[in-house]
Amino acid sequence: MDLSNALEIASSTDPGMVRSHNEDAVASDAAHGIAVLADGMGGYNAGEVASGMATTMIASELARALGRARPYEIDSKTDCPVAERLLREQVLSANASIYHAAQSQPQYAGMGTTLVTCLFYDNRVMVAHLGDSRLYRLRGEEFEQLTRDHSLLQEQIDSGLLTVEQAKTAQHKNLVTRALGIDLGIEPEIHEYPSKPGDIYLLCSDGLCDMVSDEDIGMALQALGTNLNLAAQQLVQMANDNGGRDNVSVILVRVLREYPAARGVMARFFAWLK
Amino acid sequence: MAKLILSMDGLVLKEIPLVKERTTIGRKPHNDIQIDNLAVSGEHAVIVTIMNDSFLEDLGSTNGTMVNGGTIKKHFLQSNDVIELGKYKLKYIAEAAHPVGASAADFEKTMVLRPSAIKAATEQARATASPTSTVPSAEGSLPQRRSEMAEATRAAAAQQVASAAVSAGTASRPELAPAPAVAQAPKPTQPLGAIQILSGGNAGKELELTKPLTTLGKPGTQVAVLTRRPHGYFITHVEGTQHPQVNGQSIGSTPHALKDHDVIEIAGVKMEFFLKG
Repeated sequence: MDLSNALEIASSTDPGMVRSHNEDAVASDAAHGIAVLADGMGGYNAGEVASGMATTMIASELARALGRARPYEIDSKTDCPVAERLLREQVLSANASIYHAAQSQPQYAGMGTTLVTCLFYDNRVMVAHLGDSRLYRLRGEEFEQLTRDHSLLQEQIDSGLLTVEQAKTAQHKNLVTRALGIDLGIEPEIHEYPSKPGDIYLLCSDGLCDMVSDEDIGMALQALGTNLNLAAQQLVQMANDNGGRDNVSVILVRVLREYPAARGVMARFFAWLK
Repeated sequence: MAKLILSMDGLVLKEIPLVKERTTIGRKPHNDIQIDNLAVSGEHAVIVTIMNDSFLEDLGSTNGTMVNGGTIKKHFLQSNDVIELGKYKLKYIAEAAHPVGASAADFEKTMVLRPSAIKAATEQARATASPTSTVPSAEGSLPQRRSEMAEATRAAAAQQVASAAVSAGTASRPELAPAPAVAQAPKPTQPLGAIQILSGGNAGKELELTKPLTTLGKPGTQVAVLTRRPHGYFITHVEGTQHPQVNGQSIGSTPHALKDHDVIEIAGVKMEFFLKG
């Protein structure tokens, strides 16, 4: 099913003001409802390799897998939508590829990447993430963070060792507790949310949310949501204006209209005609 | 590298870098730090340094070892701790947070805490956290069961993880440095801008541009945004077939820098941009 007239996607990625390399990578596919953002880590150019592998592999392989499957059906083995199994499989296979590349090539040793990836289908959005790249949603006036970082800081906040205020000035913001490509036994965190026309989803690397307050991000999306490309550029610019200490990447996805899955034979026929 | 500053009666005698794994302190000449004073025992105390951490242990001295005013047997040294041996004082200065040659940006690179690194660090933390020592509070709450790798443990391990992660071969940096205060946008230093509406129903009204961005116009018809950036104000077209005009010229779809007393026209309404004070 082609979602390109139900979703509008804009993205922007920038090395920032301090770093010479851009270790972030973004990929999106409006027709299949896929958006993938990764923030790589590792010496020399290994971070770019890891994030690049993650985004291209997941975007292309997920699109291919979706071509054959009906993501909205409930998988009999897991009792979850087929989409969840597809998403998990692609994340795990990208993980294995990055891990093996890191093992076999000394220059890539220890490389890894954070990941946030969205799959839009049947008026829903399914998000899988690892590490501290985030998904936010603007719905009407309400701007909220949908993912919770897999980071030392977030764990300290959860366990009551730090308050959110203290966390803003904490030392080890950069330590993530889950990442792609580090280990074979990873578990992506996957959630599903119903989407509504008018929603704007923001996938971003920590280079944005570390430099720009959530309030300002929300304000920019609200003000510029009608011009998604401009909004993406504006977010990157705001991070850079505030210092741009890290690579900054954003993907914006706006839901233009409903996109229910075409379930019956006739419905699929009409969907094919569209 | 960590060091000790030896002083007596406020007079600095010498600086001693902690280069060895065991640095002994005592009155006898074979000690690494010899303090020739009768109040100091022959073998008084030892400082064990493992990577970036140093531990002070009293070796059963006659007069005891004091740290920050309290008598200790074992102590995990933290920067600026003052060790007292009789009339002598040894101030412990930990390694500088920014070793020379490494830029602050390097420290903010995202890195992963691997379970193996956490485990290693936790064990290291547990090994060093003996019951009598005055370790930081987070380390005091180590859960007993390793399988429950609770957040508190990870938090406790945080200080040690950086070094342990290096030995575990991950892509990480050996030292953690304070990250910049986040989302604390450096306040733009340029003067505050404002617009005054010149035509239409709201003529005469003034709007201060305090926010990072302010939208103007009629949604659905024509909208422009005024952005406040460190080097000035910019106007950018957002939506609509008509593009905003500045001093009678269409600005197209690229950002346009605003100068004092520029006249803007959006959706048929004229307004003047000016800088305050």
